[in-house]
Amino acid sequence: MTKDYCAGMTMGLNSWRPADVNWGSFFFLIFASLAGGFAVAVVLSSNIVRMAFYLVLSLAATSGLFFLAGADFVGAMQLMIYVGGTLVLLIFGVMLTSSSPFVTMRTHSGELVTALLLGGTLLALLCYTALGVPQWQSPAIADAPADLPPVTATLIGSALEGYRFDALDEPNETLRAGMSGYLFPFLIVSVHLLVVLVGAAYLARAKRRRDTSPATS
Amino acid sequence: MLLLANLLTEPVGAAHYMVVGAVLFVCGVVCMATKRNTLGILMGVELVLNGANVNLIALGSPYLRTDSAHLGLDGQLMAMFVIVLAAAEAAVALAIVLNFYNNAGTVDVDRADQLKG
Repeated sequence: MTKDYCAGMTMGLNSWRPADVNWGSFFFLIFASLAGGFAVAVVLSSNIVRMAFYLVLSLAATSGLFFLAGADFVGAMQLMIYVGGTLVLLIFGVMLTSSSPFVTMRTHSGELVTALLLGGTLLALLCYTALGVPQWQSPAIADAPADLPPVTATLIGSALEGYRFDALDEPNETLRAGMSGYLFPFLIVSVHLLVVLVGAAYLARAKRRRDTSPATS
Repeated sequence: MLLLANLLTEPVGAAHYMVVGAVLFVCGVVCMATKRNTLGILMGVELVLNGANVNLIALGSPYLRTDSAHLGLDGQLMAMFVIVLAAAEAAVALAIVLNFYNNAGTVDVDRADQLKG
């Protein structure tokens, strides 16, 4: 029995046992296949409502990937802003602009084949590049470092106010003096959001009918 | 099958996340290139930004690197800014699409040829 087991160990593939399953990798595979599969479904579907639904599922699976990578706050923001906000906006756009319930705009198959060929080439190039860097390979130890903060929301909030409590041992003196905070980009993005809000409301406002004016067309 | 067994038994690295990000990016680019519906193009833009987010999170995660040279909290903060800018971009682009629909009566980008000489 032991001899058979050792022979199986040397064969490599037969050494796989269910007890060896790394559950982080297992859930990574689930979320990654969901995200990638629904992204492909967005490309291949021609019904705009189904595309929006597949996009919701792909973005939600991506937030699962964020949780697995230890970015809990960004994952929650992904769920709230992307899935809860942007997709509602997109679906409102679908409802406001659909002239008939079953309108589909099909792409010519030749264009689709060309795009898929070019996209496959680009994907092969990107994967080759990503897998070629030795620092990005699987870490040898699966255990996380012990001194990591379990929750990143406090650190992110203080970093947005200009205090980097996670970079206190920064060797660069200038960066340690508070230059590495994100207060200024935070202010810029706040004003940017205000401008976007006003601009979008101005662009999408209800206009007067132009049928009475003579030079419409 | 051997690859799947390796993926199940070994911890994932940043390269695995980058492959997922590459898939999302390429899907977004193909979506932008082939869709005739303007909202479909917008969804392609969302997919591209999401792929960039996956890469930023993977490079910022301390769990995925063999060395300690990860981006740390900077990657997560950049990802948050990308999310905010994607929301803003979706709002403005949707307003433009509504304007185009009011003027042209369709959301087909092939019909947007008023500037064609």
